[in-house]
Amino acid sequence: MSRWACLILLWASMHGANAAGTIEDREARLSASLRCMVCQNQTLAESDAPLAADMRQQIREQLGQGRSEQQIRDYFEERYGAFVRYDPPFMPSTWLLWLGPFVLLAAGFAALWRVVSRHGRSQPAPLTPAERERADALLKGDAP
Amino acid sequence: MIPEIGVFSLVLALLVAVVQGSLPLAGAHWGVAGWIRLARPAAFGQFIFAAIALACLAWSFLDNDFSVLYVASNSHADLPAAYRFAAVWGGHEGSMLLWLCLLSAWTVAVALFSRQLPEAYVARVLAVMGWLSVGFLLFLLFLSNPFTRLMPPALQGRDLNPLLQDPGMVVHPPVLYMGYVGFSVAFAFAIAALLSGELNAAWARWSRPWTVAAWVFLTLGILMGSAWAYYVLGWGGWWFWDPVENASFMPWLVGTALIHSLAVTEQRGAFRSWTVLLAICTFSLSLLGTFLVRSGVLTSVHAFAVDPGRGLFILAFMVAVVGGSLLLFGWRAPRIGLGGRFGLLSRESLLLSNNVVLTVAAMSVLIGTLYPLALDVLSGQKISVGPPYFEAVFVPIMVPAIFLMGVGPIARWKHAPLPELARRLRWALAASCVAALLLPFTLPAGQRGWPAMSTFALLLAAWAVASAVAHAWQRLRGAPGGWLERARRQPSGWYGMLFAHAGIGVFIFGATMANSFESRQELRLNLGEQVALAGFEFRFEGIAPASGPNYDAQRATVQVTRHGQAVATLHPEKRVYRAQQMPLSQAAIDVGLTRDLFVALGEPAGDAAWTMRLHVKPFMAWIWAGCLLMAFGGLLAATDRRYRLGMAARKTRAIGATAALRPQEGA
Amino acid sequence: MRFKLPFAIFIVLAILLAVGLRRDPKLLPSALIDKPAPAIDLPLLHDPQQRLKVEGLRGQVWLLNVWASWCAPCRDELPVLMELAGKDGVVLYGLNYKDKSDAARTWLQRWGNPYRGSAVDSDGRVGIDYGVYGVPETFVIDGTGRIRYKHAGPISADIWRERLLPVVRSLQ
Repeated sequence: MSRWACLILLWASMHGANAAGTIEDREARLSASLRCMVCQNQTLAESDAPLAADMRQQIREQLGQGRSEQQIRDYFEERYGAFVRYDPPFMPSTWLLWLGPFVLLAAGFAALWRVVSRHGRSQPAPLTPAERERADALLKGDAP
Repeated sequence: MIPEIGVFSLVLALLVAVVQGSLPLAGAHWGVAGWIRLARPAAFGQFIFAAIALACLAWSFLDNDFSVLYVASNSHADLPAAYRFAAVWGGHEGSMLLWLCLLSAWTVAVALFSRQLPEAYVARVLAVMGWLSVGFLLFLLFLSNPFTRLMPPALQGRDLNPLLQDPGMVVHPPVLYMGYVGFSVAFAFAIAALLSGELNAAWARWSRPWTVAAWVFLTLGILMGSAWAYYVLGWGGWWFWDPVENASFMPWLVGTALIHSLAVTEQRGAFRSWTVLLAICTFSLSLLGTFLVRSGVLTSVHAFAVDPGRGLFILAFMVAVVGGSLLLFGWRAPRIGLGGRFGLLSRESLLLSNNVVLTVAAMSVLIGTLYPLALDVLSGQKISVGPPYFEAVFVPIMVPAIFLMGVGPIARWKHAPLPELARRLRWALAASCVAALLLPFTLPAGQRGWPAMSTFALLLAAWAVASAVAHAWQRLRGAPGGWLERARRQPSGWYGMLFAHAGIGVFIFGATMANSFESRQELRLNLGEQVALAGFEFRFEGIAPASGPNYDAQRATVQVTRHGQAVATLHPEKRVYRAQQMPLSQAAIDVGLTRDLFVALGEPAGDAAWTMRLHVKPFMAWIWAGCLLMAFGGLLAATDRRYRLGMAARKTRAIGATAALRPQEGA
Repeated sequence: MRFKLPFAIFIVLAILLAVGLRRDPKLLPSALIDKPAPAIDLPLLHDPQQRLKVEGLRGQVWLLNVWASWCAPCRDELPVLMELAGKDGVVLYGLNYKDKSDAARTWLQRWGNPYRGSAVDSDGRVGIDYGVYGVPETFVIDGTGRIRYKHAGPISADIWRERLLPVVRSLQ
């Protein structure tokens, strides 16, 4: 029984999300999420700048030393500020950034709900005799 | 001489545009027929002068006239002729001239294809577009003159940025600008309707084909930009959530909302003021995009030469145009009224839910793009907002839209009972779930996986296609005549919707597969060495010097095989463009139905060894295919015969008439 | 009322953009202000047996100037540095960033040497520790070894007088 469990776990781990991966994968992931400080909005991975090459080298070395991705990101953030991260930190000054769109979505649906249900409940004014005649004529196909 | 003719032509265009903007508008207001009739000829005149100016600039490029500053900054005698022509829009001034020419082209198109509309209304529309032209012409003549002379003339130009020397470069800006500028038509229609005080369902019907046409161009323009980034930048990415990319995406999102909102307004006369607001916002986002790209307010690889002075003008222009139109909206819209009623669950409410989601999605992109600026202004803090943010926020927001996209077409107008919707869609839902689980089997054995996010995305992709198929099946089945007969009777707009919605599914499928199941390796390869990746073998066979008209390169040969069979021979290059001494890695890509093979050179590493980047991206081409399907769907919708037939006969009688005479045909 | 809302939102946006036009998105404040200066411990350019250590400079206010022989603006600020090191008596040390020592020594010999000593950071690691992203940059470090001010870019006489000198004086 436990042999099957092991096999299932093995199969699941092979097909599950690749969280760890090789050092190259992790380096690629890290350098794609950090910003090149001297470029026009490029990731460390894309940039040809010498500073970017130095920073990538740092990443490789620190990964080789066994540090985690979060530790390496913190390392760069300590030295270069939040600017070097492409995902903004979650702090009071960025609550609007991270939560705003979801709040807007909820508010939008709430507003839609309110307008539609109110609008749907209102009654149209009844037709005047002249309008009724015109409607009959149109429905019968005679030109108005 | 020629550049001076160009400037003079622009001055004439400005004068004509002023006439076009003022007299027809006054004439429509006071009923002066003579002034109203000036609108169309003025539009033609402006177009001719703008075209002459563009021709003069193109001539200066093709003739290598380096006494023109703009030509000297963006061209080079060795530059191939096609790129010399494309260099016309390679820099800020020329691209503004292109923008203006396209605006006058759209104006002429409106003048030509609006015979069935009331004269006074057309006069107002052309007048509004005339004022837009005035703004751009003033900008061109006083702050961004492409014809400024360089004395003494340069002996040689500085060459076009090598990144821009690509066939995609020739087409991408014109197509993209056609989209940006095309939304000015919907904008002008909305403003004209607000000005005249008559805002009825007919306005939506007139506006719709123009809006869809602009949307098609914008879709294609964004597609080309992405494809170009993928093929040229040598990085393998195709969307970076860069501010300039976002600047094109926001009008696309709101434009999509606008198209759907126009459907509700046209068919049911409902929510007219919201549709008008969307029309104003879409073009406002186009203008905002222009501002962001050219003012230096945001950092981007795509940004033109940065100049806060120009930024100030564009901002002032925006305040005048957008502020003025929103003020007009605030003043006139309350009188418009709400139109036909509909239930909480109905096709109208589903389409409007689509609007809510798309608008909020656009706002989230706007918030993300401008937040660093806002935070800097308010607190001096500097942050970066990039792909991790947008993927975490934008993607979840869009999920409801994709789901609703499948439900909307099935729902009835006015009242769509939930049990009926569920019944009609249960097979599509089941098929989508099964497909989501089976699709990873299209990948080679070692690459398959079922990560939660990707599986869910595949579910959405399958849903988009399955629900479209289900809808088509139900529409064409049964009733008198065979399904072929029914198929022929469906308007092209209905087919357009099917293609566009299915196209979204195809796009999501391609994007999910290419992003989640990509295999990559960055490594150093010696000559003759081979490496295995995702079932393919990549063999570094040779490297030799090569050269082009304006560059020198190292050209590598990489042989790709699979199970011993030759699959492709790739030639990535490392080029150095002589004029600017700028190195560029030109990736080699083998496009296949089920995968893209991507090889880019890095740096030489010792004798006969190079670092390279290898990618195998499954189903990458389906991303482009999905976008093309969307654009094709839009084309079908824009050319729907219903917009062209019987217009002359129905003219004024269509105004205000109850559009609900044939409720079940709406598409 | 709600029809006027879009206009109001737009005006706020326009004001934001107008103010934003005056800002420079490339100007980055240092993340290390008021934090302890990272350790240096590198050999000196002219005397490789000796090393520059931050701890050794406790008790005085000093400037660390990041420079290189391949950096053109560094040439421009050299006269200002000579003056502030000489006349104003400011303690100035250099960080020779990603440079070849021979070229660096020749450069100083040719154009002048305002530094009491220059640490050789040939691979740029210490530069990364200091959050250096361009050359030249100048740090003001106080007596307790904390970074109190950073200036990116060359120092002109005006910048020295109006920005850096007041900071230095207030710390002394």
